[in-house]
Amino acid sequence: MSEREMSERATPHQHATDAEASAKDDAPPEAHTETEARSDATATAEPAADAGSTAPVTTGAESVTRALEAAGVEYCFGVQGGAIMPVYDALYDADLTHVTMAHEQGAAHAADAYGIVSGEPGVCLATSGPGATNLVTGIADANMDSDPLLALTGQVPTGMVGSDAFQETDTTGVTTPITKENYFASDADTAGDAVGEAFALARAGRQGPTLVDLPKDVTTGTTDEEPAEGRLPETYDPPERADEAAVAEAAAVLASADRPVVLAGGGVIKGEASPELRGFATEHGIPVVTTMPAIGAFPEDHPLALEMAGMHGTGYANMAITHCDAMLAVGTRFDDRLTGGVETFAPEAEIVHVDVDPAEISKNVHADYPLLGDAGTVLAQLDDAMGDTAVESKPAGNTPAAGDAPAAGSTRTNGNEPTAESEPAAGSTSRVNDRYREWREQCQQWKEEYPMDYPRPDDEPLKPQYVVERVDALTPEDTVVTTGVGQHQMWACQYWTYREPRTWVSSHGLGTMGYGLPAAIGARLAAEDDQSVVCFDGDGSFLMTIQELAVAVREDLDVTVVVLNNEAVGMVRQWQDGFFEGRRMASEYPWVPDFETLAEGFGARGFTIEAASEVDSVMGEALAHDGPSVVDAHIDPGENVYPMVPSGGSNGEFVLAEEQL
Amino acid sequence: MSGGLQGPAPGERPQPAGRRNAQGIRIDPEVEAEPEPRRTVLSALVENEPGVLATISGLVSRRQFNIESLTVGPTTNPETSRVTLVIEEPEPGIRQVETQLAKLIHVISVRELGTDAVRRELVVLKVHGGSPEKVHAITEMYGGRTLDAGPRTITVEITGGEQEIDDAIDAFRQFEIREIARTGQTALARGEEWTTHAEEERYEQPEET
Repeated sequence: MSEREMSERATPHQHATDAEASAKDDAPPEAHTETEARSDATATAEPAADAGSTAPVTTGAESVTRALEAAGVEYCFGVQGGAIMPVYDALYDADLTHVTMAHEQGAAHAADAYGIVSGEPGVCLATSGPGATNLVTGIADANMDSDPLLALTGQVPTGMVGSDAFQETDTTGVTTPITKENYFASDADTAGDAVGEAFALARAGRQGPTLVDLPKDVTTGTTDEEPAEGRLPETYDPPERADEAAVAEAAAVLASADRPVVLAGGGVIKGEASPELRGFATEHGIPVVTTMPAIGAFPEDHPLALEMAGMHGTGYANMAITHCDAMLAVGTRFDDRLTGGVETFAPEAEIVHVDVDPAEISKNVHADYPLLGDAGTVLAQLDDAMGDTAVESKPAGNTPAAGDAPAAGSTRTNGNEPTAESEPAAGSTSRVNDRYREWREQCQQWKEEYPMDYPRPDDEPLKPQYVVERVDALTPEDTVVTTGVGQHQMWACQYWTYREPRTWVSSHGLGTMGYGLPAAIGARLAAEDDQSVVCFDGDGSFLMTIQELAVAVREDLDVTVVVLNNEAVGMVRQWQDGFFEGRRMASEYPWVPDFETLAEGFGARGFTIEAASEVDSVMGEALAHDGPSVVDAHIDPGENVYPMVPSGGSNGEFVLAEEQL
Repeated sequence: MSGGLQGPAPGERPQPAGRRNAQGIRIDPEVEAEPEPRRTVLSALVENEPGVLATISGLVSRRQFNIESLTVGPTTNPETSRVTLVIEEPEPGIRQVETQLAKLIHVISVRELGTDAVRRELVVLKVHGGSPEKVHAITEMYGGRTLDAGPRTITVEITGGEQEIDDAIDAFRQFEIREIARTGQTALARGEEWTTHAEEERYEQPEET
């Protein structure tokens, strides 16, 4: 794991030693400007000297950091500031590593990505007012994608709340619509309890962001209360197992269907249900389509994989979800980028919807058979129930045992085995599989009819698809990919072959440009040491959070940023060409900085690629560099993303070229 | 410029004949009909925490739920309050309000009340004081009470079902209504039935005297 790396960089022990040496001489850093906190802050310096997270808690701030330690938090991402200073002071002695980000938005995205890759809530910190509002984009992003995230924000002292004090914002008010729940810590004795509960809630059930607002008098206030173990609120009880009768009905529908598909959503990855999904699909021979957040839930090189559906999904995925007669949708909220117009979404399918959140049932698309529960548990229930519907028993040895499926995050991929697993399903096993054979053949035929092959004429500039394909080829299979938002993101979806869950890290629901680089930082710290982390970014997205390069350099993080540079907000330019008569208002940049020089200026390695012939050698060098590097790939500015389903359109009518719009 | 991808153009592909309506429900395209909105009452038992009402009203507004009224008040248990919402939505919308409310951490339980539920609303009406006898007569007719009578204005209260209140207001129009304050409906399930499923366990017996 990354613990070793961490201990070199910023060990708690070193901190403790420093604290010992300086506790007597140094006034707390905030003493110059923040007089009201002085007495309490000075008080914290003493127990700090004997170092230990075992030392009794003396302040609200210490109870906050103690709660984080107790929750097993290893990293947190944040930016200092007045009202959060007491918490940072407590972090000085805490047994966790703080990564100082350049901007709070970066802190939120880094924490979000940390949560996606590790499965545990990422933690970000910010001060009151602008610190908290800068987190808002990242929190909203986590909320849309159900990413586990805990945000801790400083707040002005309780007595000043409501007086429009310096750097005061109604943080709980602002974040109510974009958090799963938020908390206003009311006293030092319970501040740590709130943090423990917020952490537990962020990771439970349908994951999501939570926030604890920490007024300065609460964090500096004295207490000897150790935080309680992080417990879920009494009123929170996410469903685990689906109702057996409902499962049986749903299984019967799938078993009697002729053209079933599995639509895997992000909940499959969040619920660690990828092994169950693989087992279910291969055992029953049902083709699998994923949503964007579910990329990696099912190996894309598997014969049953139809990859991503929706606005820029593959033609074959969109054909399959349009023509299916039964759909097993797992952990998806039927976002409009997936469904297109709901009028034409899977219009002939009976929909079995598995979800842990009852509010997602029939929210956007009617669920004929809702199954409430944990994705993996319900898939296993369905698998059992489907078994009962098969007439002939399967020959021994042909069924992939549950234990055979690779564990989430494992470097082993079953990409090599699937042919053996899935095709024999046809013919040799149950009647159920025989029934689907024609449908599987149809899906294969669509794969041939609508290949993702793109033209790459010699006389045209570098194609972004080629860059993505080559970087995929040059990196190990378990490489983590992060992206910004726009055309580059779609090419990164389409032309990289994902095989494992938690290797695709992106901003799906909110579509936050600038997500990629800070996400790469969070992903790097969450990933295994031997995993590579690549960020595909657009020139527009990169410029929104480029300052985080300073953090990657400072922390010496091995990440490779590949900028697919078309000197434009390319997706907007594509839409202007398609829907606004080519009136390219504010989408093309008349000048773009030289990212190679900029990277070097930040202290990272910088590279530039102009031609396809340079891709392998330059990328090879950039990937080999043990530290942050930026590759500025000058791509064809005219390249568009296809297939495309226009907003609100019919998935089955995806267009393959601009003239079809 | 981009060459695009291969494959049959949209017009050359088979398309399914089926269709869904705007609510995502599969329909017969021949007899397409929009689902009718229905007026109904939801009752929510909530924890007495600061901001619960703001959270609920924020949820209603940002999800564009069509709401007629929202009332809140204490229950037998000092730790809980009851929120009563009157909404007008087609069936999927009603289920959305219900499940989205239930998802809020401080909401303990939510239920749509049946049509037989006991529902009441109070209106305070202020009319011009020109004909006190007639005002009194109408007030009596609706089982109301006179709260204040002066030479220029008369203020009365009427309690009743939604329709009854509407009728009463109509009847008072002849006196020129100056002002109206209406509470919105509050409701309980009828008979022995508990209003929401978590009521019984949180019921606090009044102290014996």
